[in-house]
Amino acid sequence: MITIRNVSLVYPNGFQALKDCSTSVEKGEVIVVCGPSGSGKSTLIKCVNGLEAFQQGEITVDGISVGDPKTNLPRLRSRVGMVFQHFELFPHMTIIDNLTTAQVNVLGRTKEEAIERGYKLLDRVGLRAHAPKHPGQLSGGQQQRVAIARALCMDPICMLFDEPTSALDPEMINEVLDVMVELAREGMTMMCVTHEMGFARKVAHRVIFMDQGQIIEDDKKEQFFGSPRSERAQQFLSKILSH
Amino acid sequence: MYKWRWEIFLEQPPGGGGATYLDWVFAGLRLTAAVSLGAWVIALAWGSVMGVFRTYPNKLLRAISTAYVEVFRNIPLLVQLFIWYVVIPELVPASLGTWFKQLNPLLQQFLAAMLCLGFFTGARISEQVRAGIESLARGQKAAGLALGFTMPQTYRYVLLPMAFRLIVPPLSSEILNLFKNSAVASTIGLLELAAMGRQLVDYTAQPYESFIAVTLLYVVLNLLILLLMRWVEGKARVPGFMGGGR
Amino acid sequence: MYEFDWSSIRPGLPFLWTGMKTTLYITVTAMVAGVALGTVLAVLRMSKSRLLAWMSAAYVNAFRSIPLIMVLLWFFLLMPALIERLLNVPRHADTRLTSALVAFSLFQAAYYAEIIRAGIQSVAAGQQGAALALGMSNGQAMRIVILPQAFRNMAPLLLTQTIILFQDTSLVYVSALADFFGVASIIGTRDGRQVELYLFAGAVYFLVCFALSSLVKRWQDRLKGHA
Repeated sequence: MITIRNVSLVYPNGFQALKDCSTSVEKGEVIVVCGPSGSGKSTLIKCVNGLEAFQQGEITVDGISVGDPKTNLPRLRSRVGMVFQHFELFPHMTIIDNLTTAQVNVLGRTKEEAIERGYKLLDRVGLRAHAPKHPGQLSGGQQQRVAIARALCMDPICMLFDEPTSALDPEMINEVLDVMVELAREGMTMMCVTHEMGFARKVAHRVIFMDQGQIIEDDKKEQFFGSPRSERAQQFLSKILSH
Repeated sequence: MYKWRWEIFLEQPPGGGGATYLDWVFAGLRLTAAVSLGAWVIALAWGSVMGVFRTYPNKLLRAISTAYVEVFRNIPLLVQLFIWYVVIPELVPASLGTWFKQLNPLLQQFLAAMLCLGFFTGARISEQVRAGIESLARGQKAAGLALGFTMPQTYRYVLLPMAFRLIVPPLSSEILNLFKNSAVASTIGLLELAAMGRQLVDYTAQPYESFIAVTLLYVVLNLLILLLMRWVEGKARVPGFMGGGR
Repeated sequence: MYEFDWSSIRPGLPFLWTGMKTTLYITVTAMVAGVALGTVLAVLRMSKSRLLAWMSAAYVNAFRSIPLIMVLLWFFLLMPALIERLLNVPRHADTRLTSALVAFSLFQAAYYAEIIRAGIQSVAAGQQGAALALGMSNGQAMRIVILPQAFRNMAPLLLTQTIILFQDTSLVYVSALADFFGVASIIGTRDGRQVELYLFAGAVYFLVCFALSSLVKRWQDRLKGHA
């Protein structure tokens, strides 16, 4: 579904964020990307839907090349769902409008279809009652669940998560992780940047460890948690898991 | 000792044709309002476009917007007014220039003043629209794009609606400034409120009453616009954002 | 197409420079007086005496709701009469400059006051607490600890306001006082070359203000870097 081949990215100020990264995600696979701050994990995931432009290498999503100038990026992005660390709901719209605006204006659905889909997904994340409210009136955990619903309304072929729980208070992390676990169990192709190793252990198929712009480890879950090959990964794991 | 004669406002200027001095003052007030409102429409429309250009990921658009803002912010309003009134009619294609110069003088003054004030204020509004959009941080832009919106769609559905709500407070001080700045039009002969003040001083022997009346009218005008903008601010507030409605 | 003839400018340069000196004189005087008075107003606004605070607020709000032209006209048309009456001194032509100086100073003070007030409030409350805890009086705390920091924070904004003041001095046109723009206008009308002179004036103002505001912006960026 997603292939990443020899991708390198240098920022205008000269900093190299990604160095020759290669990996792939099969349909139905759940990949967790982890690593210390500044390792390039968010950058990598943002390259997949073209929000960050890479200079070298190739990325394809469902056979479509992301870096090709001829590719219709908005069209591609409408099929790839993304959830952000700071939720990024649109504050001036109600919850239900947040869910329908892209359906109507990008996918061309009718307002009725969009609203129906929106309510169905709000039910799924357990927030139907909040539909007429504005984002500012919801808690962080609720906003993030709405954000997931918003991405799902577009019927994506895969979902990208960029540290979805990092900005949440501890007591709200689980409500979001529960939604993500359910999504994984239903067979959604997912690529998640996260520190939540419990989530990784539960539903991930593979774990990718990045450090300083490079992919250091790319193992099946059992191997990663059992006996990671690289020393840096071992250090990282021991620091994280000791919490 | 100065003789205060407030009844002067009810008197008629010699050969004035039935209008009292008070009518004169209100005629001036109407012109002030008209030229300011016309300029405000120009300023909002043009300023918004320029503000969007300034933040758009396109070098040419950004350069155009920057040039506009820098030119119109670094030349005094009075100089700009004279350039609109005297210079531009000479520089535009001959037919347009002649058309302008043959207009009724009042219309010439009004047009020059309205365009001048409009583009002058537009530069300031463009900076505020820019600040509003930039304050939304890249997250909102990314979220819009990630859903599949094109860049113009992202501006239309996500960035601009929010940016305009955010900048209502600075916009209200801009419209107040605009009404005050309209007084420069008196220098090219437009008989708006400030010019009427001077007329009254010339025609009557009561300079203090004339000026106090005109000054009071500006203060009242100021207050009215302030109240109106407060009401708009209330309507524009987004629940849960910046302390409204939670 | 208009036939440009720039020949009036060169011979007029000495005269234009005299006008520019007037412009600069008014700008600098009004800035100094305005900042001084503005500081007083800002401090009074935060005074414990409700009367003083109210008077300061009234002053600032009054001057901020009237066009600058009206203020200039007030002092230009009415002040000589006042001086005549108060001091029994016969009219001078010089009162034009004096009235302009007074008008600009009083007007600008209202704008500087708001900037300075914001500056004072931006200095952390803890600073005043620390000063008082050391035994300083309110006045000392203000003078030694708060105002210096406030001014450093607000200096770019004060300078920006001064650049605006520099542009606003052109309004002395209404009192026929010959500042830079006034002189340009006179030369233009005298020689029938108003188009060239107005464009010249615009260009000069643009160059000066653009250069100054770029410097201020660079200074602001440097300040932010240290924040």
